[in-house]
Amino acid sequence: MPDTTELSTAPAPARDREFTVEERSQAQLVFRRFLQHRAAVVSLCVLVALILLAYVGGWLWKYDAGQYTPDNSVPPSWDHPFGTDSSGRDQFAQVLRGTRISLQVSVSVAILATLVGTVWGSVAGYFGGKTDTVMMRISDLVLTLPLIAVAAMLAHNFGGSWYLIALVIAALYWAYVSRVSRGVVLSLREKEFVEAAKALGASDTRIILRHLVPNALGSILVNLTILVALAILLETSLSYLGFGVTPPDTSLGLLVSEAQTALTTRPWLFYFPGLFIILIALTINFIGDGLRDAFDPQQTKVRQ
Amino acid sequence: MSQHASEPSRAGTADEIDLSPAPGARGVRGDVVLEVSGLDVTFPSADGPVRAVRGVDYALHRGEVLGIVGESGSGKSVTSMAVMRLLPNTAEVKGSVRFDGRDLLTLSEAEMTRVRGSRIAMIFQDPMTSLNPVYTVGAQIAEAVRAHHDVSKQAAMERAVELLDKVRIPNAKDRAGSYPHELSGGMRQRVVIAIAMANDPDVIIADEPTTALDVTVQAQILDALAAAQDETGAAMVLITHDLGVIAGQADRVLVMYAGKPVEIGTAEEIFYTPRMPYTLGLLGSLPRLDRPSERLTPIPGAPPSVVNMPPGCPFGPRCPKHTERCDESEPELRVTTGPGHLAACHYAETLAGQEAADVFDNEVADHEALAGLAAGEGTGTDGEARA
Amino acid sequence: MLAFAVRRILYSIPVLIVASFIIFALGSASADPLAPLREKNPPAPPTVIEAERLRLHLDQPLLQRYFSWLGGVFRGDFGPSVVSTANIGHDLGDRFLVTIRLIALAMVIALILAVVIGVLTAVKQYSKFDYAATFLGFLFLAMPAFWFAILLKQAGVSFNLAVGSQAISTIGQASVPPPKGTGPYVLDILGHMVLPTISLALISYAAWSRFTRASMLEVMNSDYVRLARAKGLSRRTVMVKHALRTALIPLTTVTALDIASIIGGAVVTENVFQWKGMGDYLVTSIRTNDVYATASWLLIAATVVIVFNLIADLLYGVLDPRIRYA
Repeated sequence: MPDTTELSTAPAPARDREFTVEERSQAQLVFRRFLQHRAAVVSLCVLVALILLAYVGGWLWKYDAGQYTPDNSVPPSWDHPFGTDSSGRDQFAQVLRGTRISLQVSVSVAILATLVGTVWGSVAGYFGGKTDTVMMRISDLVLTLPLIAVAAMLAHNFGGSWYLIALVIAALYWAYVSRVSRGVVLSLREKEFVEAAKALGASDTRIILRHLVPNALGSILVNLTILVALAILLETSLSYLGFGVTPPDTSLGLLVSEAQTALTTRPWLFYFPGLFIILIALTINFIGDGLRDAFDPQQTKVRQ
Repeated sequence: MSQHASEPSRAGTADEIDLSPAPGARGVRGDVVLEVSGLDVTFPSADGPVRAVRGVDYALHRGEVLGIVGESGSGKSVTSMAVMRLLPNTAEVKGSVRFDGRDLLTLSEAEMTRVRGSRIAMIFQDPMTSLNPVYTVGAQIAEAVRAHHDVSKQAAMERAVELLDKVRIPNAKDRAGSYPHELSGGMRQRVVIAIAMANDPDVIIADEPTTALDVTVQAQILDALAAAQDETGAAMVLITHDLGVIAGQADRVLVMYAGKPVEIGTAEEIFYTPRMPYTLGLLGSLPRLDRPSERLTPIPGAPPSVVNMPPGCPFGPRCPKHTERCDESEPELRVTTGPGHLAACHYAETLAGQEAADVFDNEVADHEALAGLAAGEGTGTDGEARA
Repeated sequence: MLAFAVRRILYSIPVLIVASFIIFALGSASADPLAPLREKNPPAPPTVIEAERLRLHLDQPLLQRYFSWLGGVFRGDFGPSVVSTANIGHDLGDRFLVTIRLIALAMVIALILAVVIGVLTAVKQYSKFDYAATFLGFLFLAMPAFWFAILLKQAGVSFNLAVGSQAISTIGQASVPPPKGTGPYVLDILGHMVLPTISLALISYAAWSRFTRASMLEVMNSDYVRLARAKGLSRRTVMVKHALRTALIPLTTVTALDIASIIGGAVVTENVFQWKGMGDYLVTSIRTNDVYATASWLLIAATVVIVFNLIADLLYGVLDPRIRYA
């Protein structure tokens, strides 16, 4: 509604200007809607604080991860906020290092899988026909296998360091992304503006870059955030089973795994890394939810 | 109802004026069956409350067809959804809807459920989405029957077939077993009409029943609607943005703009002696077979946003008759050519004898004239001559 | 319908064959079954290693090994294991029965939870209940399965300590030795299932309840639900007959797509509760570089996934008349 009044009163702008005005107001609209999602905004603040804590805080903290202190099995105190393990390592420093590695793994997975999956799915969806059939059969094949089992199998002999684990997980997650992005492209392909561009003689590359990608950006971004959360959970599960990150590296999953036998004697070793995993995955999921609402033009309709 | 306004020349508000049709108007009708007064609907939104309907009054008489016309966003559909109490809970509804001696807006949900479908039935715009895809059309009609009559499933199904036959669906018996996706849009709308007829309602509200359909099918659906009305004897509210649909069907017409009625009268009055510039503009944008050579006259601009409406006449910014007076206060409905013909315009009388082209082309012609003069050409006279 | 079912089953076979080859190739490439022998201290004599190489067909090229494994699949022994006395087919069969009861029960509970919570949150959109359920759902979505399982197990242990008896089983899939008599035996199995099932169900329900909520909201705003209300049907009838019935159809597909991740969740859950099921078998096979066993495990998992998707497709056709298979 407000758009139409604006149109009726404003002088007709030049064609180019109209487009830039449109694009900026679109981004502003998304931003404004995101700010209205309170859980997402709070989550974003918490996540940023966590990341700062993990990188800057870990660097400033008086103990290094893996450093042996004279205090063995100390419960949380001012000196050791998360307590220490049986050999005197400061759990706070350990958790911060685990957070860094877990975040690095999951963000790498999300970016890699999104890049590969988006290209794969868009190409399949855009060209359709045989290309689509063959490419999607390959995706389906990957999806038939329980991720954690294949990842465990591959990681057992190739893995150990965090970037190899990331590579293994990304090599499986791209198929999920390809499915989603294909769906988005398929629905966009039928839209009038794409047909109009085709009718005007635009090339495939131009249509994909100028029309499909900007319009699919919302779904891609939402998916990327959710992937970070999924990847962090898979990484921790793998590490728990003993097929993920291995010492001397560490991750939040590995810390929980090492602490599970000490749950009754030194519960702080178990709870803190677990809470960090939940906090990261929870905030990322809320941010993804906020982004989805912000990008969804149907949102106002649903809110009624 | 209310008493006659003693002095038609003085502007009176709608509730002082008899809304019943002028004696001698066409169509057979009896007493008032549905009376909407002071209906106000507000939705909350991020940009502030949206006043979708701002004081609608109308009376519907037994057996008559009342056409409600307006652009999308004028509040015509929201009005009927409010009557049926089908708006989401967030909507704030004020005013009253008198039906059968009761105010529908104060009924309990259970009481309202007994009214819906049995006394007041509704037909929606898009037949492609109005029917549940997972049930056969026969079952969906039978369901409507069984909602208000304690009959066996088999009896309800027989009634469904009978209704399908009445809306002229061929092979009604076989078709009753079809799923909606197996039928064309026109056929599906007939099914929706059959559902509306199922319990012999007193009122049928048809919300843009032909808008989503092919032009070739529209006439058939209008016929089916007329047949449904004959069959049930119901009064009908026919909501549309298409004056052409109204022309052949409605006894009386209500024109809405920005959530408010701006003109009401018999079909003749609205079509031949409109007294609101907006109505005139709508008529001007209607292709006429009787004057094939004439160019259509569009209304410039677009309807206003219903959030934070400025004071004054909402049509003002688009109106060629617009003066400062129009911005000061929103004109009330007042009697014009006849006791049942009301219009909300300070300058209603100045429209007498004018065509849409006379009123709306003025400005364009003036602009052309000015442009012509500025360019130093002698076309100015052309423009003046046309004006 | 029958023709479609047959065609759909026939179509699944080549998918399974390609999947089995990829599984086998990946497994063979990523692990060397002889490595544990070589790395033994003291190292095993070369003759032993050579004999083992022959027994595991490692002297043959990949394709030949694949076909001999496939032959093993059809014979039922699923090829030679690194443990010379073990029969992979027999072991996997036992383990499968243990795991499938966990998966099946957890899925049923998760689905019931998802539908009930999804529908209630949709009907009471933006209520306190909606916000609470949504937050809880997000919490379970963010929780690592093993962490929650360990927590539940610990709660069980504490409970047992508090009441002073073994009221809730926290370890294993059944007592060893099993109790005598059918009644006690079944009760013993069910008792061991309580905690793992709750754990797996709660970890899995959240995504489905979010989906149900969204699907319900969409249908509740649909024209046909509005028409159903305009017909004068009661709110309850509209919700159950029109909204719910239609909103749940797409859930069949979503559930089937998630079966692979449920199996993954079961692997972790079994590990925490020390079940001798598929999960434990997978972990052991991978650790011992038992290539045939790992590949066989994956093949069975892939078959389960394909069968579930097949059932979902057929069910979809039954539930949604718009899908008609010629």
